[in-house]
Amino acid sequence: MDYKLDFGPVIEGFPNLLWGCLGTLGLAMSGMTLAIAIGIGGVVLRDSRIKPLRWLTMAFVEVIRNTPFLVQIYFIFFALPLAGILLNPTITAVIALGLNGGAYAIEIIRGGVQSINKGQIEAGLALGLRKPVVFRTIVLKPALRAIYPSLVSQFVLLTLTTSIASAVSAYELTSVAKRIESDSFRSFEVYGTITLLYLAMSWLVMLILNSIGSRYFNYPIK
Amino acid sequence: MGKGEFLFLLKGLQWTIALSAVGFICGMVTGLGVALLRTSRFRFLKRSAAGYIAVFQGTPLLMQLFVVYYGLALYGLKLDAWVAIAIGFTLHASAYLGEIWRGAIEAVPRGQMEAARALSLSYFWRMKDVVLPQALRISLPATIGFLVQLIKGTSLAAFVGFTELSRAGSMVSNQIFKPLLVFGIVGLMYFAICWPLSIYGSRLERKFAAAAR
Repeated sequence: MDYKLDFGPVIEGFPNLLWGCLGTLGLAMSGMTLAIAIGIGGVVLRDSRIKPLRWLTMAFVEVIRNTPFLVQIYFIFFALPLAGILLNPTITAVIALGLNGGAYAIEIIRGGVQSINKGQIEAGLALGLRKPVVFRTIVLKPALRAIYPSLVSQFVLLTLTTSIASAVSAYELTSVAKRIESDSFRSFEVYGTITLLYLAMSWLVMLILNSIGSRYFNYPIK
Repeated sequence: MGKGEFLFLLKGLQWTIALSAVGFICGMVTGLGVALLRTSRFRFLKRSAAGYIAVFQGTPLLMQLFVVYYGLALYGLKLDAWVAIAIGFTLHASAYLGEIWRGAIEAVPRGQMEAARALSLSYFWRMKDVVLPQALRISLPATIGFLVQLIKGTSLAAFVGFTELSRAGSMVSNQIFKPLLVFGIVGLMYFAICWPLSIYGSRLERKFAAAAR
């Protein structure tokens, strides 16, 4: 092996890489927030009384879950401008991540909602609570508690998925690394380093989400 | 889109399927090893396997491909691009399948293992004839779920210039300037492979859940 490893370009570009990490974390956080919103809204639509809404939500979930994120983000990237919506790539990536994560969140949250005892809902209604209140306090909150661990692993996955957003050159770690790589041709050193950065970030995200979980969702489910 | 472009996409689809198959099959062989190490009695082996799994589950698949792809080149291994990528997917699959099967092995009731030991079966036969057949059955839905994930993941081979379905789609789209049509068709092709698998997986899951009740 006559190749000599040279981390010079990586060290030189390290501040930029750290900014890239912030970009990745920001992308992941915004994606998660959107995903949660879509997830909760989707569950309501998925079990609504209006049939076409139910079918549309189901179709959305199945299409998203059975096609690659890369194809989804390309599709959205080209579809939005055609619809007259001009956004920068990073916002486009947030939308794609939100839609993708949202489809998985719908399935996960629905599993939690289905685990709620029907009798409790009926009891709530019998006590004269209004439907939205019943949904929020008797269905959603306990359901979120039950599914929190699955949501955490889905969101860690979402954090890792942000690297694919480099395909539309959103601002995040992989795009920053690509730029350093194309200036220096030190592919292995650059990508090896950011792999470790990703590892650190996924642990950080897991740590934060788990501590939120033990703060707010850590009481017995049944 | 003409016939030529469509045939080009089909060729890409062929590579996607080939890459998924190679990654999954080689990943199953190595993944079984990872699962056995992860459930072994020796602390060192257990910890190493756990570390291996944690690294692969904590980094993006794209980075794993990059590191393997450029890393193998450093060692002067003159491999075909597609062999390097297949190695990347194999390692990725081995970690995920290893973790899925660890869970399944641990889900087999302990009494089974103890009974086999009481019959003085050796480790090999205990695993092969008693534990693994039950564990594989338990793990089937999750294993199929991972296969779907792997098929979708092969789209990332496009980043290192391998012409599978997604990259074929980008190329055609750049040629004929109809990105929505092309990526719509590409998406449909992925969907056509992944959806039946997903349905089969969730059907098995429901069946097993009903049987366990």
